[in-house]
Amino acid sequence: MAKALIRVPTEAKKGEVFEIKTLISHPMETGQRRDEMGRPIPRDIINRFVCTYNGEEVFRADLFPAIAANPFLAFFTVATESGELVFRWTDDHGNTQTETARITVV
Amino acid sequence: MSGPRRFCLLAAPFLPLLLAVSVSGQHADPPTGIRPEDTRSGYHFQSRETQGMQDDDLANPGFLWVLKGEDLWRKAAGAAGKSCASCHQDAAKSMKGVAARYPAFDARAGRVINLEQRINQCRVDHQQTSPFIYESEDLLALTVYVAHPSRGMPMQVTTDGPARPFFEAGRNLFLARQGQLNLACKQCHEDQWGKQLRGDRISQGHGNAYPIYRLEWQTVGSLHRRLRSCSIGVRAEPYPYGAQEYVNLELFLAWRARGLPIETPGVRR
Repeated sequence: MAKALIRVPTEAKKGEVFEIKTLISHPMETGQRRDEMGRPIPRDIINRFVCTYNGEEVFRADLFPAIAANPFLAFFTVATESGELVFRWTDDHGNTQTETARITVV
Repeated sequence: MSGPRRFCLLAAPFLPLLLAVSVSGQHADPPTGIRPEDTRSGYHFQSRETQGMQDDDLANPGFLWVLKGEDLWRKAAGAAGKSCASCHQDAAKSMKGVAARYPAFDARAGRVINLEQRINQCRVDHQQTSPFIYESEDLLALTVYVAHPSRGMPMQVTTDGPARPFFEAGRNLFLARQGQLNLACKQCHEDQWGKQLRGDRISQGHGNAYPIYRLEWQTVGSLHRRLRSCSIGVRAEPYPYGAQEYVNLELFLAWRARGLPIETPGVRR
């Protein structure tokens, strides 16, 4: 399981715009490189990231081979109601990693 | 701007200590070529963006290695069935200040060893298992985890007593011309620091942020990885990872960086 770091404020005012930061460990192997024996190293990247807020998608990103290892994504959304933010990363093998965070809207 | 100012603030409470050290250690440490008030961490020579990555613990990818290291710290290993935590409990307390003292002379080894080697010594002697391979993901993660509680503390290694010959050897290596380019460490990192070298500004060559996340590497690496790059850069044959020559140099560099705050895990370009 890859390591991931997420920062979401624990509390926000209704209607407030808040920032979310995410960082995940991943080699983001481009598929363009070769190993010491000259064999191509197969592409292995996270190609999709989705964030949902109480089930509703609020942010989505498609990632490509030129994105550096350990991708960091920061984005904003509006505090509508208390609940759960779910973050999901999907790689080239179809494996997914999910992390969650709670926010209280006052 | 924040580099030197931060240094002053951090160093202030330790001034009496530093003075005490300089009085007791009077066996003629030659000037390093950099006045103490001019000492700057490598952080100072980074772009604003790279500094920003290091300043924000969530944008700093080195913290992924802190997390990996924490898992290893708690995981039992070897015939003894012990984890690091079995003996040392909470690393945030027990490891605080440890990285500031390394490399250090180890009586059992009969030589100066660095933090990586100290961790491996624990694995062999106390956990009764095989040492981690130098520069392996596991050793890097555990080293970052062990060094991280010392963040903000000033580098303070011991260079007298049994450590002295190793320190002298390290200094000699720092001053020796090497490789096809016939350059000594000193010629760039003391005589030319702050100047532009192609796309980079020449740093003073301090190791206070290691292991670091290097953007060029796209991963965390040890000081020995950096030193090997330096050797290759001057077209000298690099020493192997963990070589005594590099450990000696690491001791000299740590002394040279004395008073600079530990930044592990630092971020560099």
